[in-house]
Amino acid sequence: MVNIEDYIPLVGQSVIDDLRLLGERLKGKVIQHINSTPMGGGVAEILNRMVPLLKDLGVDTKWDVIKGGESFFDVTKKFHNVLHGRSGEVTKNDFDIFLETSEENIKNLDTYGDIVFIHDPQPIALVKKRSNNKWLWRCHIDVSNPNEKVWDFLLDFIIKYDSAVFSAPSFSRKLPIRQFLIPPSIDPLSDKNKELPQEMIDSVLRKNNIKKDKPIITQISRFDRLKDPVGVVEAYKQVKRYINCQLILAGGTAEDDPEGFKVLSEVKESANNDPDIHILLLPHDDIAVNALQRASDVVVQKSLKEGFGLTVAEALWKAKPVVASNVGGIPLQIKHKYSGLLCHSVEGASFAIKQLLTSPEYAKKLGENGREHIRNNFLITRHLRDYMLLFLSLYHAEDIVYL
Amino acid sequence: MPTIKRASEPFRFCTRLHLSELTGLRASTLGQFLALIKEVPGSCIYHHTHRFLQQHQFLSPEPPNDFAYWVTDVLGEDELGEKLASIDTMQFSTIRSLREKIAQTIEKYLDESAFAKLKFARLGEEFYFIKSVSFVLPTSYVAYDLSEFVNVLKKITMDSIYFHFFEARLRLEKPTNDFSLWIGSSLHDKELADNISNFDPYTRTLEDLRETIIEIIEERISE
Repeated sequence: MVNIEDYIPLVGQSVIDDLRLLGERLKGKVIQHINSTPMGGGVAEILNRMVPLLKDLGVDTKWDVIKGGESFFDVTKKFHNVLHGRSGEVTKNDFDIFLETSEENIKNLDTYGDIVFIHDPQPIALVKKRSNNKWLWRCHIDVSNPNEKVWDFLLDFIIKYDSAVFSAPSFSRKLPIRQFLIPPSIDPLSDKNKELPQEMIDSVLRKNNIKKDKPIITQISRFDRLKDPVGVVEAYKQVKRYINCQLILAGGTAEDDPEGFKVLSEVKESANNDPDIHILLLPHDDIAVNALQRASDVVVQKSLKEGFGLTVAEALWKAKPVVASNVGGIPLQIKHKYSGLLCHSVEGASFAIKQLLTSPEYAKKLGENGREHIRNNFLITRHLRDYMLLFLSLYHAEDIVYL
Repeated sequence: MPTIKRASEPFRFCTRLHLSELTGLRASTLGQFLALIKEVPGSCIYHHTHRFLQQHQFLSPEPPNDFAYWVTDVLGEDELGEKLASIDTMQFSTIRSLREKIAQTIEKYLDESAFAKLKFARLGEEFYFIKSVSFVLPTSYVAYDLSEFVNVLKKITMDSIYFHFFEARLRLEKPTNDFSLWIGSSLHDKELADNISNFDPYTRTLEDLRETIIEIIEERISE
C-alpha cells in the first residue's frame, strides 16, 4: 500500500508539507466521490489511487458507485461517443432509459457528503437530490465539439452544480457556474510508471520477440480510429525509407467494442506483414506497457481526438522524446520544440520522428524537459493539491483566498 | 565572525497555491484577442503573464508569457510576439497598468499591420482565457535574522518564493517584493533590500531565482 510519504523522493518534502497544510483546512468535511464503476477505465483507476492518498492526508474521503443495467450503460456509452464528437443517433428512448435508471439511483444512493463529487455523465442526474451540501461535476471527456442534443440534455443538470471541472481549456464553454481546469495526472509509483530494472525491460522485449537491433518507435493506445494507428503505420513507412527502424503498436481492445477488432484488422492490413512492425495486444498489462515505453527511442501519440492523452505524460515521465498530435490535452503536456514535438498530419509526424532519430542530443533534451514538466505539473501530487483547492474554493468566491 | 542583526518581527513564510478557473472566453483573431484582453478580469492577465514561470520552471528565460506564445506560435505574428514577450513586467506596479501596456502594444501593431487582422487560429488552437485563483497559507517557517532566513529559503517550496517575490508585488500591489520589504524595514539593511529588488526575476527560472537570492544574502552575511 502506497502512502503519501513515498512520494517525497520524487517531488520533495515541501510539496508534501503543502498537501498536509491543505488537508488540515478540510478537517471535518466529508468528500463523497461518485462514479459508475469501481474498476476498469481511467476514472476508477485514478480514484483507486487518490482516495487512499486523500485519506492519508486527513481528508475524510468516501467513494460510492451508482447502479445501472446493460441498457443504461449502452446509452451512457453512446453519450460518451457523441460527446467526443463522433456521429451517432441518440433517441428519446435513450434519454428515457438514462432518466429511469437515474431515478432509481436518486432513490437508493445516499448523498451524505458535505461535498458530493460526481464523475462524468453517468451519475450526473443525482444532483436533483442536492440539499445544503456542495456539488461538483467532473467531466473527464473531451467536450470541445459535443453532440448538441446530448450536451443540452446534460446542461440542465450541470447548471445545478456549484462548479464544474474540465481537463483542458478547449473543453470549456460559457457556463453560469464556476468552472475549473484540472488536468488528470499519472502516478509515478504505479506499475505503469515506476522505475523498472533493465532485465525486466529486456524480458518484456524478448517475450514479444522484439530485438533491440534498430531504433524503436512506439505508440501505446487501444485500437481505436481516434488514435489513428493506421496513420502511425504510414508515418513509420515514411521514416523507414531513410532510417532502419521498427514500430511497436501496443494496446488493448475492449471486449465490448466490436469496432476495436475491425481497426486492429485494418492496422494489420496496413502493416502488410512487415517483420519490423510489432502489433501487440496487451490488455491490462501495465508492467509491459511501462517496459515498452522505456525501451523506445521515440514515443508517438498520433491521436485525431484525445481526452487528455495520459500516455504522453507517461512517456515524458520516462524522459522519452515524444511526437504527438496537437489535440485535446496534448498541447498542455508538450510545448512544441521545448518538451516534445507536436504534429498535425502523417507527414508532420514522420518528419518529427526522423528529426528525433537523427538528432539524439536534441531528442534527449526534449525528453529531459518533458520529464521536468511532468514532475511539476502532471503527477498525482499536483492532482491531489488541485482537488483539495477545488474543495476549498466551494467556500470562497474571491480570487485571492487567505486560508 | 560578524554579528547578525536580529529583527523584532520575524519574516513569516507563506505559500501560495493556485487553481486555474476557466472563463469560457476564447479568441481566434487578434481583434477578438484585444477586445477580451481589455475586458477580462485582472486575474486573467495575471495568470497568462505568470503561468509560464511556474509551469515551465526548467525553461529559461523564454517563453515568458502565454500571450506572446500564442501570437507567435499559433498566429505566426513573430514581430508582435516579440513585442509582447519583451514587455518589462518589472516596470509595472499594477495588473491594470500591465494590461494597458499589453492592449496598447496589440492596438498599435494592428494599426500598422493590415494583414494581421486577417489571421485566425485553427479550431482548437484558439486562445482560452483562464483566471488564477490564489490560496495563501502560512507555513511553519519563520526567520528572525539573515542566517535563519537563508536556511528557510533553501528548503521552502517554489510556490512560497513565487508568492513573496512576484505575487506580493504585482498582484497585492506592494511597493516591492516581500523579502526586500522585510530586510529593509525590519533588519534596516536598505542596501541588501535594494540589491534583491533590483534584478529582473522574469528572465530567470524560479530555481535560478532562489539560488541568486541565497547567494546575495550569503555574501552579505559573510561581509
